[in-house]
Order: sequence, then C-alpha cells, then structure tokens
Amino acid sequence: MSYNATRQFFRNIRNLFRNFRESAIRHGRPTSDRARTQTVVQNFFLHIHPARTHTHTLKWSTTMGLGIMTTVLFLILAVTGILLMFYYKPSVETAYDSIKDIHYVVPTGRIIRNVHRLSAQGMVVLMILHMARVFYTGAYKSPREFNWVVGMLLLIITLGLSFTGYLLPWDQLAYWGVTIGSGIAGSPRDLTDALGITQYFDPGGLVREIMLGAHMVGQEALIRFYTLHVIVLPIALVVVLGVHFWRIRKDGGLARPVSADPPVFAEGVGPEDAPTKSFGLMAVVRERTPATDKEIENTVPSWPRVFRLEAILTMVALLIVVGLSLFIDAPLEEQAADPPVPLNPAKASWYFLALQELVSYSAFGGGMVIPGIIIVSLLLIPFLDREEDDVGIWFGGRQGRRITVLSVAYAVVVCVGVLAFTINFGWLRNWLPELTQKHVRATQIVIMLFNPGMVFVVASAIWSLGLLRLTNSTRMASVGLLTCALVFFIILTYFAAVHRGPNWVFYWSQADWPVIEH
Amino acid sequence: MQNELSGPRFEKQIERRDFLGLAAVWTFFGTIIAAIIGALKLPMPSVFPETDSRFPIGRPEEFPVGEAIHLSSRQLWVFSEENGIAAVSMVCTHLGCLVKRQDNDEFICPCHGAKFDSAGKVLSGPPPRGLAWLEITLGPDGRLIVDSEREVSAETRFKI
Repeated sequence: MSYNATRQFFRNIRNLFRNFRESAIRHGRPTSDRARTQTVVQNFFLHIHPARTHTHTLKWSTTMGLGIMTTVLFLILAVTGILLMFYYKPSVETAYDSIKDIHYVVPTGRIIRNVHRLSAQGMVVLMILHMARVFYTGAYKSPREFNWVVGMLLLIITLGLSFTGYLLPWDQLAYWGVTIGSGIAGSPRDLTDALGITQYFDPGGLVREIMLGAHMVGQEALIRFYTLHVIVLPIALVVVLGVHFWRIRKDGGLARPVSADPPVFAEGVGPEDAPTKSFGLMAVVRERTPATDKEIENTVPSWPRVFRLEAILTMVALLIVVGLSLFIDAPLEEQAADPPVPLNPAKASWYFLALQELVSYSAFGGGMVIPGIIIVSLLLIPFLDREEDDVGIWFGGRQGRRITVLSVAYAVVVCVGVLAFTINFGWLRNWLPELTQKHVRATQIVIMLFNPGMVFVVASAIWSLGLLRLTNSTRMASVGLLTCALVFFIILTYFAAVHRGPNWVFYWSQADWPVIEH
Repeated sequence: MQNELSGPRFEKQIERRDFLGLAAVWTFFGTIIAAIIGALKLPMPSVFPETDSRFPIGRPEEFPVGEAIHLSSRQLWVFSEENGIAAVSMVCTHLGCLVKRQDNDEFICPCHGAKFDSAGKVLSGPPPRGLAWLEITLGPDGRLIVDSEREVSAETRFKI
C-alpha cells in the first residue's frame, strides 16, 4: 500500500499525546530494574542520584536525613526569598517600611517571611547536626576528606547568608547587630594598632571598608549586603553544594562500615581456601548461581526507595517550618534603624551569640583568632586522623561512646567553671588596673591572646592530646576535641542568650533586668 | 624520549613546542588573574558617603565653663572647663557601639559592657584603648569646629 500523507497526518493527531510522552520519557514504566535504572539515569533532575543505592545508606541511623533536610530548607529559602524580593526595597528610607508592609499588608507576606526566617535558622541547626553526624560516624575519612572540606565551605557560606540577611530589615536589631559584626571584621586593627603599624598595613580597615562601602553602616552597606544575600552567596552555595553532592558519588556513596558488605564466602571458607579452578567455587559460594570475582550486591534500585524517603523528608521539613511559622513571628523592632541610639542589649542571631560572648573579652582575640583556630582545626581533622577501622560506626563503637560522654562532662565543667570565674572575678583589667592603664598596648596584646575563649581552646587541646596518649588513637583524640568544641558552642550560646542583659552584664533571668531609659 | 640535543649539557633545555605551550597556559592564567584583580578594584570605595569629618558645633559662648554638653547627633560629649574645652567621641573603641554617660561621670558601652572613666580611659571590658579625644579649632566664622578624624592625646584641652 502506498504512503498516504493525509491518513498519516490524522494518525499523528490521534497519537499526539503518546508520541509527546515518548519523546520526553524514553523508557517504560519502572516495573523492571532496568526501567528503574533508566528512570534515574535519563532524568535530568534525578540523575544526580546513583541508579542503585546501598541498603546501608537507606537506614535511618546512617544519616537521619539531616543533609537532605538541610538541602530542602535551602530550596524553601530560595523560593520564599524570591517571593520576598517582589516587595522588599533595599534602601535606608524604604527597607524598614517594606518589611512592615510584607508583615502586615502583603497577602501571606507574614507567613512567607516567617517561613524564610525559620528555615534559615533551621538550616543552620541541621547543618551543624549534619556535620556532627558526619563526624561521629567517621564519614570524613579517606576517601571523603575533601568533601568534609567542601562541607566546611558550605558552613561558612551559609553563615554568611545569615549574617547578610540580618541587616536587611533595617530595624534597630539589624543595625546594631551588623555594626558589631563589621566591627569584628575590622578588629585586626586592634592588633596593628598595638604593634603600631596601622598606618602602613591596615587589613582590618580595608576589609571593613570593602564590606560596608563606607566607614559606618549605611545605604552603601545595605545595598552591598543585599547583593551578597540575594545573588553572590546563593550562587556560590549552589555551586559548592553541587560539588558536595558530586563528590558523594565520586567518593563511593555514603560511608558504611565493613560489616555492611558481608563476605561472599561461607563462614570459615575464604577465597584462599577455594580451589583455583572455577568449577570448584560452585561448591563454596552461598548463592544460587556461581559468581566469580564478584561480591554480593547490597544495593537496591534508587527508584522508588530513595525518592520516597526524600519526599517524606521534604514533607516533614515543610510541615515543621510552615507549622511553626503560624505561631512564631519573625522579629521586627518597633523602630527603624536609629544610629544615635544603640539597642541595649544588642544581641546577634543566636548562632553568633557564642561568638559575641567571646568578643566581649577581646574583639580580635574572640572574633578572629579563636574562630580562625576552630575553622583550621576542623579543616585539618580528616588529614590528621586517618585511622580507618571504624568508618560508618557511630562514635566508633563502645570506647568512643564512653569518651564522648566523658568529653561532654569535662567540657561542661571547664566551660561553666571559666564563666563563673569571669563573672565573679572579672578578667585582666580588673586585677591590675594600674598596670593595664600604664601599658595599654602590651595589655591589649596579652588580652587578645589570653582570654576565656583561649582557655577553652587550650583546655580542648590538652584534653585531646591526653586522649591521644591514653587511648593510642587519633580517632578518639578527634572525638574528644570536636565534642569539647560542640559543648563550648552550646553552653556559650545558651549563656549569652539567657544570662546576658543590658550592658552585657550577667543576670540569672530577664526578670532581673533593670529598666533602661534611652 | 631521546632527541639529538639530549645529553648532560642540554638536559634542562625544553623544546620550542613545549615552551610555547607553557607560555600560552601562563598567559591564559595571567589574563584571568589580571581580569579578576581589575574587577575586584570596583568594590573598594575611593569616595565615602559620610559627610565631612569636620563639622561646626557652635560658638564658644554656647559652652560655658563647667558644663558638659551632649551632642547626640554628632556622637560627642563636649566638656568645657577652666583650662579649656575638649570633645570626646562616644564611639566605643571596641566594636563601634555608642557609650552612655552614667551619673557618676563614667561611660558604659551597652554592647559588651566596656567601662571608661570620666576621662575616657578603659576601666574594664574589651576595648583596646580609651575613648577618642578630638581636635577642636576655631573656624573663620567664629564657630568651634571638631574634626572626628583627628584624634589628640587624652586630656588635651583647647584654649579658645
């Protein structure tokens, strides 16, 4: 029969939908392992996942879904952030009013802003928990050291996003929070001043000028922070996040213990016992078919199990942030930024409060030296602890659990002890007022290097080195070190949030705060 | 690989092809680095939005001897005494918050609890140095002019 174009045309119309579907999705329904693999591999949005996933990866206790949840919160932040951009105006005259509009006038504006703020806080919490999970399961070890470094970069970018977002409402809290923050960025000047070289070499002043575009927080700073917050840092985060995910695949999936891949051979029969001829193996291998040179696959197709889990985590994250945002309003001071009148007390976001507590002893020491030491130590951990026996096991087994508990106790005692000491007895200047008045520069260098924060650092280092000698294990030493750091962070955050009142004075509770007239 | 120039004397010599290739690679990186440095010049401000660091605070007779006057918009306390007049900046030398004068003439910073005595010397807390005493001059129109960027040593008083 000859070709009839008209008939074919009508046939094409009849098959339009089927042809369209087949042009978009080239594989059948995911009913076979082959089709399930294709579902993942041939889909642009899914192909960042592996086609098959190890069963250990899918266990709740392996990851607790923390990394996925952090990513979900970032996506929520991106969407709500774009929505907020429709109304927000980054200028000192209009910024505060536009946030007020978003909060009180724009339909769903209040919920969207609350979700944005709660997701940001949740992202920081989950990221810290995710980091703790990776650490305590030993997942930073070879070959995953570099991905730990990438993760640290993500931590810094995320904190940068939080910090830049803090200024945008342009209320009193924002203004004074960022004044303090930019002061910390400029604090290397304390050191150069003390050394008397500021007029030749002034990195602190330079960084501060680039950050603020001025000498004070003002319009220039607002527009710079806005640009960083909505374009520069999110793009940086997406790129680095892409590297982070990509490296998980390239590093062989999530870390898992040796026990997650049981040996192919029956108990007591190793490959060395098997006859060299392959037919002999048939008698040894505990499978229906003889498999030579091949281990049992402990993997399942990623479709649908991985995606089901991700969908559940997405829903849980959404449910929690939307649910909370119905009840917890993002703060907005009653006053727009008012440069001549500082807020008292002027507290940063909670995750910077530990830093603020350290800064209250020395700007450069607490705001630069100690965070620098912490970041460098964290970066070095996977390169200094290279024992690979307990990868994928929480706390590296029983000894590790015991050492974690001991480290918590030790860090609590040290931290509470030092804080109680400084509250009762003050610090250097209170002890030797005459001497510190006379030698201002020398005092400053001493306080910079010898402050409560440095006591915490030294205490952690001593504890960690002690564990190294006692347990003869770098893994245990690093468990002790990170546990101390986490405990110090938590206690300082709590302390600054609850027990610091006006003039950064210690109070047992907010009820004891004096009334301050402005 | 052997070639006719190999041998102890010519070991270090690279081939023309390799040299040109390396030169091209370094030229590429040089170009990119130069472009990045050029682009990064932009965020470094050369003109600052703040108003002039010199500003008039009023005629000398507005500061009678024995009085301390707070100029909150200029973030200053002006002290006028027998032996001269002085302007002390309220910007805390720690992290740039504004200190508040107490009833006992001491200054306290609300942000991290720094304490300064009546002359701006650090009593306790984290600041690296005392509050800044600023230069005061007499302008041609007879008004006092303070320069917030010209610091003088503490307890310097100006006889006008």
